[in-house]
Amino acid sequence: MSLDLATTRRIAKLARIGLEENELEATRQKLNGILGWIDQLAEVDVTGVPPMVGTETETLRQREDKVTDGNCRDALLACAPETSGPFYTVPKVVE
Amino acid sequence: MSYTIEGRTGTWEIVVGLEVHAQVISHSKLFSGASTTFGGDPNTQVSLVDAAFPGMLPVINHECVAQAIRTGLGLNAQINLFSRFDRKNYFYADLPQGYQISQFEHPIVGKGTISIELQNGDVREIGITRLHLEQDAGKLLHDQDPTKSFVDLNRSGVALMEIVSEPDIREPEEAGAYLRKLRQILRYLGTCDGNMEEGSMRADVNVSVRKAGEPFRTRCEIKNVNSIRFVMQAIEVEAARQVEIWENGGEVDQETRLFDPGRGETRTMRSKEDAHDYRYFPDPDLLPLVLEQAWVDELATRLPELPDAKRARFQAEYGIAFYDAGVLIAEQAVADYYEAVARGRDGKLAATWVMGDLFAALNRTSKTIETSPVSADALGKMLDLIADKTINGKIAKEVFEDMVETGESPDAIVEKKGLRQVTDTGAIDAAITAVLEKHPDKLAEYRSGKDKLFGFFVGQVMKETKGKANPAMVNEALKTHLDA
Repeated sequence: MSLDLATTRRIAKLARIGLEENELEATRQKLNGILGWIDQLAEVDVTGVPPMVGTETETLRQREDKVTDGNCRDALLACAPETSGPFYTVPKVVE
Repeated sequence: MSYTIEGRTGTWEIVVGLEVHAQVISHSKLFSGASTTFGGDPNTQVSLVDAAFPGMLPVINHECVAQAIRTGLGLNAQINLFSRFDRKNYFYADLPQGYQISQFEHPIVGKGTISIELQNGDVREIGITRLHLEQDAGKLLHDQDPTKSFVDLNRSGVALMEIVSEPDIREPEEAGAYLRKLRQILRYLGTCDGNMEEGSMRADVNVSVRKAGEPFRTRCEIKNVNSIRFVMQAIEVEAARQVEIWENGGEVDQETRLFDPGRGETRTMRSKEDAHDYRYFPDPDLLPLVLEQAWVDELATRLPELPDAKRARFQAEYGIAFYDAGVLIAEQAVADYYEAVARGRDGKLAATWVMGDLFAALNRTSKTIETSPVSADALGKMLDLIADKTINGKIAKEVFEDMVETGESPDAIVEKKGLRQVTDTGAIDAAITAVLEKHPDKLAEYRSGKDKLFGFFVGQVMKETKGKANPAMVNEALKTHLDA
């Protein structure tokens, strides 16, 4: 599998990463390097082997329905680049 | 097919499927221990997991899983003992993780059905494709500042059930009936409060049009419609828009649209090129959700009686009509109230009082069944007084109004106001004699053949006894006196 320039541009857009035209080719090559490395897996014959999501044999651990968390607004907002009163703020997004 | 659009090139029918997002009733969120209470102070019900701080790991809430199973069972649906969580990736300011944890390939609930009833009494089955669990997003406020949107993450991470219908709906009215029935089932189950104004139930509407016998054409999705009336309106205007496009030789684009109730139109919401590129993949932070059949069975045995079953039972047990049973089971609290009144009594009479005088009194006093000034017990006791002939039906209305006003027991009111029905033949005879003496002319007319005057005499005797006489006894005694 290998990416062309158009696909590279599109992935960057979906990921909200601003790439200049002159950065595209280098990015494409880097991504293709990763993809090529992963493509080695395709050499393994997995006919008849069910897909595996994780190495754990445990099933999902579930918690009780209790309120044990939250109420830490000051700590949360202290990490935010921009706030106003009790809110985070972001550049206006309206559809 | 009763709903069609007449175009220049022929008759069009509509095809609708609904995706309902129903907020799960639980104390804490789907993957964190923060509270889910509606209307909290902004950003106070947010954990580090909900705000997507690095390294925070989701742990699923057992009760949310149980609620999804209960809902699946209530929709006569397949419960999948193996399901899995996936990441649905998109960027938006209300989604701090940059992805929503959802279930894509392996939902917890598979195919089911809902049976809906239309105005004309027709009953239709609408297929359920699936139900899956996912996280809700935060809330954006756009009107607080000219250049900024404000973000409140209290809702971020609250559990949602996305319930997807098959494209089985052919009329706006069916869409309304489907939503009402679904909401009723969710409320009976106690898995979602179904409150569309507060946004705890929201609908995405998929609409396409076609000519009879054609395969499906391209559909548009109308996002986040927040009332049943708007869903029905949105379907109408969107279908009309699509017919217009096809008839002018155009193509309908598959896209996401918004319904603007003020203007009565839908408009494009997102550029379509990115809208459906969610790059789903299994969430590596969460193992597959594996359920034990024994747990599912246990939840099934503890399911409450659901609307369809209750309606059928009310008809059979209390001898009331299909329509009346439908009114009485519309809300669980009303059904419970009715049943408390009707049990061991005349079910039809109980239905008449609950749907008539009680509903009217609630309306007039702006009360609900929960805050009713007359308890089911008190209304039942009043029906007992009618049954044992302590009062007649006419006096019962007076007693009931007094109960609404004072909240006193029917016995106390009957005693206080001396409303006990007169069944003493001597007193009734005396009243009749008095009436006949007062109206010798009418008596003569009656005896010369004017039978219709019988009703007049009954009325006068009832008046003479202040409405308290037993009507059957008055009839009987009057006949004897008049024909003497």
